[in-house]
Amino acid sequence: MRLLIKGGRLIDPASGLDRIGELAIAGGRVVALGEVSRDFSAERTIDATGLVVAPGLIDLAARLREPGHEHEGMLESELAAAAAGGVTSLVCLPDTDPPLDEPGLVEMLKFRARKLSRCRLFPLGALTRGLAGETLTEMAELTEAGCVGFSQADVAIVNTLTLQRALLYAATYGYTVWLRPQDAWLGGGVAASGPVATRLGLSGVPVAAETVALHTIFELVRSTGARVHLCRLSSAAGVELLRRAKAEGLPVTADVSINSLHLTDVDVGFFNAAMRVTPPLRQQRDRDALQAALADGTIDALVSDHTPVSSDEKTLPFGEATPGATGLELLLGLALHWGEMQKLSLGQTLACITHHPVRVLGAAIGSLGNSAGRLVAGGVADVCVFDPAARWAVRADALVSQSKHTPFAFETSGFELAGRVHTTLVAGVVAYERSLA
Amino acid sequence: MSSPTPTVPDAEALYAALLEGVRGLLGTAPDTALVGIWSGGAWLAARLHADLGLAGEPGVLSSALHRDDFGERGLAAGGGATKLGFAIEGQRLLLIDDVLYTGRTIRAAINELYDFGRPASVALAVLVDRGGRELPIESVFTAAHVELAPNQRLSLARADDGRFSFALEQAGA
Amino acid sequence: MLSRRNPQLNRHGELIHLLSIEGLPKAVLTQILDTAGTFLSVNDRDVKKVPLLRGKSVFNLFFENSTRTRTTFEIAAKRLSADVINLDIARSSTAKGESLLDTIANLSAMHADMFVVRHSESGAPYLIAQHCAPHVHVINAGDGGHAHPTQALLDMYTIRHFKGDFSQLTVAIVGDIVHSRVARSDIHALTTLGVPEIRAVGPKTLVPGDLREMGVHVFHDMAEGIKGADVIIMLRLQNERMSGAMLPSAGEFFKHFGLTADKLARAKPDAIVMHPGPINRGVEIDSSVADGTHSVILPQVTYGIAVRMAVMSTIAGNEA
Repeated sequence: MRLLIKGGRLIDPASGLDRIGELAIAGGRVVALGEVSRDFSAERTIDATGLVVAPGLIDLAARLREPGHEHEGMLESELAAAAAGGVTSLVCLPDTDPPLDEPGLVEMLKFRARKLSRCRLFPLGALTRGLAGETLTEMAELTEAGCVGFSQADVAIVNTLTLQRALLYAATYGYTVWLRPQDAWLGGGVAASGPVATRLGLSGVPVAAETVALHTIFELVRSTGARVHLCRLSSAAGVELLRRAKAEGLPVTADVSINSLHLTDVDVGFFNAAMRVTPPLRQQRDRDALQAALADGTIDALVSDHTPVSSDEKTLPFGEATPGATGLELLLGLALHWGEMQKLSLGQTLACITHHPVRVLGAAIGSLGNSAGRLVAGGVADVCVFDPAARWAVRADALVSQSKHTPFAFETSGFELAGRVHTTLVAGVVAYERSLA
Repeated sequence: MSSPTPTVPDAEALYAALLEGVRGLLGTAPDTALVGIWSGGAWLAARLHADLGLAGEPGVLSSALHRDDFGERGLAAGGGATKLGFAIEGQRLLLIDDVLYTGRTIRAAINELYDFGRPASVALAVLVDRGGRELPIESVFTAAHVELAPNQRLSLARADDGRFSFALEQAGA
Repeated sequence: MLSRRNPQLNRHGELIHLLSIEGLPKAVLTQILDTAGTFLSVNDRDVKKVPLLRGKSVFNLFFENSTRTRTTFEIAAKRLSADVINLDIARSSTAKGESLLDTIANLSAMHADMFVVRHSESGAPYLIAQHCAPHVHVINAGDGGHAHPTQALLDMYTIRHFKGDFSQLTVAIVGDIVHSRVARSDIHALTTLGVPEIRAVGPKTLVPGDLREMGVHVFHDMAEGIKGADVIIMLRLQNERMSGAMLPSAGEFFKHFGLTADKLARAKPDAIVMHPGPINRGVEIDSSVADGTHSVILPQVTYGIAVRMAVMSTIAGNEA
């Protein structure tokens, strides 16, 4: 379909483009950017006056709960949520049921997603069979089936010898290993160690759970040469170690979740189970360090950490509730909120959810990497058109995702997010339109 | 609705009348014990006890634990504590209170009394009876009958030197 | 970013649930202590009953076993003329998979007016208070490691009875503080009532530095910790601490942190010794001290009934 988007503010964080202009799409690609010739006959025109036209968002961490956890989320609802959030490519975690440790499962998932044509799906394969941390998966086969990296999701590998060997094997093929820096033993608590957890009588997760794991991972990266992407940094101390590792030249990248970026342990309030997330929400100083690190590039990407949880799993005492929160539809608004607080330009703000995540994915997404997360003539037409000024309250009835639980719920936070998606295009096809919603 | 503002009764004058009334009652039944209803009645009983030269101390009864309006008002702070220095079982009692109105306070006080034993008899002497009874309760001696509007409240105060005075309060406007 | 009214208080600042001592104004605590004094005298009468909760149903929901605490709540409710129903949910319906909130909904359908809840998870009573009908009141009888507000209130009553003025006291809490809901509630109550010096005494594994944020001085040496103390609150040591690699043995703990007569000599001569019970003789406290002249452990139990009567009657009289 030949599509023309006119009158919008075109922003491409990678090139620094920021101007009012037009965008012409044909055959799933961007054919003209900025000035579009009169000859272009559009079958459909989208009026983007007052709106921002940006690359489709890239989310490096979302759980879709299929296969296996359908009572929490289905591919249909969660990919629709992604589209509603302006996300055109997402990386999903392997802790499904069964876990993504067989090429057949990965192929089926990708096939299902393609048929829905809402969002491009890039699965992470399980690093070990069954995520059990003992035997390796067939990483080459899984990559051929479409995996962009290998991960243990939230299951830490206790046996350091196994971890070292997994990294060494992945390094053979140049695959990236995505690891959560959380020590299995120290990380067993339900809230971040500190005055709030002490006062509330909740078992704590000390910062050492993250720093001990980071030291271990960095040592193994040094000795194996494997590329590692660190998932969900949560502490100022962790940020410091990451900064030194990057300065040293270690091949590591990192992300931070929307939850850790904006919230602290105080937000747990009166044992609000919506605040039960992993990693747990830490203190003010940690939040400040994470915000600054995302701004200066120490942390490469902002992720939604979308983890659908059913109501039965949340209306439980804090320690028994399942950790997780919905996030795909909040990624844009929370990125904009952070950018505003850091006094960044819109282009700088959007970088952490567009071309920086693509850089993390690197060669794994093949030629798509040339234009995903960017607006460039000849590139894929994955676009997110949004209204940066529109405010909306995060309420259950406003969310497309099957999971309605979020710490940013209007009932608790009392604040509205700014930044509402107007239209999302994937390969030039409309995946989501607010006017039809 | 315009009713003439009633004059505030002279508490000291009424006390003098109460003292003579109680003296008369005790004359016919000398083994009667005085018990004051907290708080105004307790003040009156204390002074009566001293002025009559009685031995020991008068009892104090709090109606707080047996009030019938707990569901609406809750447990009011500072409702006073019952203090009875003598056995109730088989004892003749004279209850003393400042203002008798609906009769509910006296009903609650008598219930409280029964937690301690079965008295031989219970009589009531008050400073002021303002009518408006909602229960079949009566005093054997009343120093004065006063008419008040439902939204008016008469309360007894005791100065540092022990002198009594009445205050008339209007609830709402 | 977030703000929420204290769920224990209604719009007028009156107590409708007792979930924790945190956030309760001094006036609320003092009023409960004063009311408890009135109820103490009720326990000395021939007729040990007042009709304040007549016609009300109090359901004891103990998800964690405790015969002692449950019994004192039962006695307190009955002295207020309430009907009491005891439910040992611990292993029954939750074992059959019934969720906590389903249990509450079923019980509310049986016209419960008040739930007394003990649960092993911190925060469980808050969840219950949030989801039960508006006229139902919730009293926390102990939730995980978080709070045991009625114990703290009876501890404060005991201290006030024997020591009078809070503003000049040094109070030492000794033992497994990190796991103790009693300690947390005691610390909040002592702070709110104006006790100037509160000390937490124990080995580093049981008394973390974080506690300083709650306004206590941390001591890892017993002698220093109870020097000049007016009140010593000893906490129960549980066996799990040994198996969880927090302590090597009860014997070593007793040697360094157990309260014996000669350690007690370092406190003030008229110091009182308290314990929430049940006591482990020879582990946290020596028999001679537990049974000695400084010990007020038995009066604590008596005050416990009056305090619980005060809490129940105060709460029942306030509307949500």
